[in-house]
Amino acid sequence: MPNPVSVSDVLIIGGGLMGTSAALFLRQRGRSVTLLESDLVGRQASGTNFGNVRRQGRPLHQLPLANRAIAIWRRANELLGADVEYLQSGHIRVCYRERPENIAKMEEYATEARHLGLDLELLTGNALRTRFPFFGPDVLAGSYSALDGHANPRLTAPAFARAAQKAGAQVFENTRIIHAAKQGTDFVVTAEDGRTFQAPVLLITAGAWGNKLSQQFGEPVPLTPRGPNMSVTEPVPYAIAPAVGVMTPVEEETVYFRQVARGNIILGGSTRGPSYPDQYRAYVLPQNTMKQLRQIRRLAPALANLNIIRVWTGIEGYLPDSLPVMGPSATTSGLFYAFGFSGSGFQIGPGVGETIAELIDTGTTPIDLSHYDIARFRTAES
Amino acid sequence: MADREVRPATAGPRTHVRVSQAAEGRRPAFEGTSIAPRIVVVGAGPAGVRAAQTLLEAGIRPVVIDEAARAGGQIYRRQPANFRRSHEALYGTEAARAQAVHDGFDAIAAAVDYRPDTLVWNIADGQVWTASEKGYATLAYDALILCTGATDRLMPVKGWHYAGAYSLGAAQVALKAQACAIGANVVFMGSGPLLYLVASQYVKAGAKVAAVLDTSPFSNRLRAAVDLIAQPGILADGVALTRALAKAGVPVLTGVTPLEITGDGDDGVNGVRVRLGNGTERHFTADAVAMGYHLRPETQLADLARCEFAFDAKTRQWLPKRDQDGRASVAGVYLAGDGARILGARSAEVSGRLAAFAALADLGQKLDPLTLTHLRGQVASYARFARGLATAFPWPHEQAASLPDEVIVCRCEAVTAGDLRRVVNETGAKEANRAKAFSRVGMGRCQGRYCGHAGAEVIAACANIPVEQVGRLRGQAPVKPLPVAIAPEGEE
Repeated sequence: MPNPVSVSDVLIIGGGLMGTSAALFLRQRGRSVTLLESDLVGRQASGTNFGNVRRQGRPLHQLPLANRAIAIWRRANELLGADVEYLQSGHIRVCYRERPENIAKMEEYATEARHLGLDLELLTGNALRTRFPFFGPDVLAGSYSALDGHANPRLTAPAFARAAQKAGAQVFENTRIIHAAKQGTDFVVTAEDGRTFQAPVLLITAGAWGNKLSQQFGEPVPLTPRGPNMSVTEPVPYAIAPAVGVMTPVEEETVYFRQVARGNIILGGSTRGPSYPDQYRAYVLPQNTMKQLRQIRRLAPALANLNIIRVWTGIEGYLPDSLPVMGPSATTSGLFYAFGFSGSGFQIGPGVGETIAELIDTGTTPIDLSHYDIARFRTAES
Repeated sequence: MADREVRPATAGPRTHVRVSQAAEGRRPAFEGTSIAPRIVVVGAGPAGVRAAQTLLEAGIRPVVIDEAARAGGQIYRRQPANFRRSHEALYGTEAARAQAVHDGFDAIAAAVDYRPDTLVWNIADGQVWTASEKGYATLAYDALILCTGATDRLMPVKGWHYAGAYSLGAAQVALKAQACAIGANVVFMGSGPLLYLVASQYVKAGAKVAAVLDTSPFSNRLRAAVDLIAQPGILADGVALTRALAKAGVPVLTGVTPLEITGDGDDGVNGVRVRLGNGTERHFTADAVAMGYHLRPETQLADLARCEFAFDAKTRQWLPKRDQDGRASVAGVYLAGDGARILGARSAEVSGRLAAFAALADLGQKLDPLTLTHLRGQVASYARFARGLATAFPWPHEQAASLPDEVIVCRCEAVTAGDLRRVVNETGAKEANRAKAFSRVGMGRCQGRYCGHAGAEVIAACANIPVEQVGRLRGQAPVKPLPVAIAPEGEE
C-alpha cells in the first residue's frame, strides 16, 4: 500500500455543509482533520437548496438541534470571516382554505414548540392580511416565527470550508473516494487516483453518495437521489421580509419563496426532479417549473407580475422517513455518519457539524440522536 | 441507405418506429403510416429560412419558431410592417440578399407551421418548450435545427453602464427596425466588420459619426489578407465601406485602446477617452457610443439540448461541436448559421440548407452527393474568410487583464472587475460557474451572454491560467426571462 497522503485524527468524506462545519468545529476542539470532497465543496444539496433557515415545521424532537444551529447562524459571519447573507427576517408557514384542519395542527405544534424554545404566532383573517398583504385568497392562516430567516446556500458551505482550512484542516477537493475500510485501528480510504488517507475516526457526510460508503461497512440505507426545483426572479425593490412556505400534504402544493437583500425573489418547491449522482448531474424538468409557478401565483398572486430569469437544481439524498442518518455506525467503532438530510438539512447544518464534532471529541452529546440511528434501516439479512 | 430508428411526431408517449426507406422523390414518412417526421427549425434568419425552404422542397412541412414578429433574423431584420423604406436604404450592399431571404420566406410562410413572436425557452426529453403571448406550449420533434443567430461580443470598459452606451447590434437594430439613431453624435468603438458597417449606415442615415475607433492595429488586416481573399466580393465591400467613411470625413483610427466612456449616471454618455496607437490619449465628445468586438453565437439552446462544446482557440470561445453538415453531438439536433459558428449571413444560408439536408438524410432520405459537396465547399470558403476576420479584428482579450478594479464587468448584477478578482484571490474559485456562484458574475438576466467572455478573461488573467481552463458558464432555462404569470396556451 502506498503511503497515505494524510494521517489525521479525523477523516471526513463529503464537503457539504455537514462535513465542512464538522471540520471547523473539530479543529476548534483541537482535532486534526482531513476533509475529502469528490467535486468542489458545497456544490450539490448544500449549495443549491432554497436557503431556508427555518426551525418551524421540523419534527419537535429536532428542535433542540435546530436551536443549537440558530445560535451558530447568528454569529456565522463573525465565525467564518465571510458574509453568508443570513437574514433573521422571519418565516411564515401558511395553510390553504380547503384544508382548515391545518389550523388545529398549527396550534398544537405551536404549543409544543413553545416548550422547546420556538415561539410561533398564529395569524388569520385581517391580522394575517394586514401584516402580509401579498397572500392570495386561498391562504387561510399562517404560523409566524420571528426568529427564523434565510441565508445564501451558494456561499455557506464554501465559507465553512475556508474557515476550517484557516483553522488548520486539510481540504482535498476533486477527490473521489472509491473504497473505505477499517484496517486494524485505523480507517484507510482510497481515492479513484490511488491516493490513500488514514485516520482512526471516519465521518461520512457524503449526502446522496452516503449509501455508497455506508454499505462498505455493511450498513446500506434506502437512499433516493432527487433534485430541488428552484427558480429566481429579476431583482425588485426589497419588500418581503419573511421566508414563506406552504403547509400541505400535497407535494405539488409545497412551494416557498424568499426575497434576498439584493431584491431577487427565490422560488422553490412543488415537484422535485431527478438527479444522477454517478454523473454529477441533475436537471430541472420544465413541467415542474410550470407547476411551481402555478402554485406560486396561488400563494402570492402579485408575484405573477415578475419574470423568472434562471432555474437550477442539485443532488439531494432522500430517506423514506425524511430523517437523516446521523450518529455512530452500528457496525464499526470509530465510524460516524451525517447524511440523507432529505431536503431539510440547511438550517440544522451547522448544528449537525457542532454536534457530531462534540460526539467525536467527547464521546457524547446532549442532542438526542436516537431518531437518526442508521440501525433503523437494518434488514433481516444484514 | 439503411433504415434508421427515429421517433414519430405524435403527441403523448412516444414509441420508436422505423422510417421507411424513402424512394427518390417520395416524401419521408414513418413506415406503414403517412405520418411525416416533425422537424422544428428555431430561428427565421438566413439559416432558418433556407433550412425551412429545403425541408419544404423535400416534402416535409417544418415548424418554424421565431422570436421576432417578422422573418429575416438580425442582419436582415425587417422594419415594422407599416414602415416603407426600401431594401436599398435599409441594407445597402446586402439589399439583394436581404430581399432574397425575405421573399424566400414570404413564399413559404403559409406552407410551413410558422410561429412568430415565440420564444423557445427550454428543451427537454425531445420537446421544445415555447412561450408567447398565448402562453406556454410543448412541441415534440424528430429533428431540431437550431438557427439561433448571434449577439455582439462585448468587452467591458469604464463607464459602459451609462445611458447612451449601446452594442453595435442594438445601434443597428434601432436604425433598421425603428429608423432611430442612438444619438446625434456617435462614437463607434470596438473591432470587426460590423463596426465599419454600422458606422457607415449611420453616416448614410444622416447621423454624425464622431469617430470609428478600432482596437485592432491595421497590420492585422495585412496578416489576414491570405484568408480574406477567400471571399473577394465581401472583402471589396469592406474596403469600400472604410473608404466611404474616410470620404465622409469620419476619423477612423486603428490600434486604439479604450480607456473610458465618460459621462455620469444622470446625464449618460458625454464622450469616449482612448489611448491611440502612438501612445497619446484623446477624448472624443459624443452623446452615444456603439460597441462591439465582432459576434458571439447564441448557444444556450444547444446547451439545454445537452450538446457537447469545445474550446475554439482562434476566437477564444466555447462552441457546440458539430460535423461539417451541422450535426451536433446529440442525435437529432442540428446547428446552422451564426448560432453555431460566426461565419456570416451568406454562409448561414448555406449551412441552413446543409443542416436541413443532414436531418433529411438521417431520416432516411436520399440526397444528391454533388449538391452536398458543393454546399460544403462554400461553407469551407466562408470559414476561411471568417478565420481572416478573426486575424484582422481579434477579440482584445488582453484588455480584460488591465481593466481597473472599479469597472463593472457584469452589468445585470453590477459586479466589478475588483469584486471578481477578490473572489478569485480569496476563495480560489477559478472555474467560471464557481466564480459565478461566489461573485454573481453572469447570474443576472442575460445569464452571462454579455459578460461571460470578459468575466472568463478577468478570471484567467487574475489566476494566471489559460482561459480554456476557466471553462464556460452552463446555460440554464429560461433562455430569456419568463413571466411567472405564464399559463398553458388556451388556458385563461
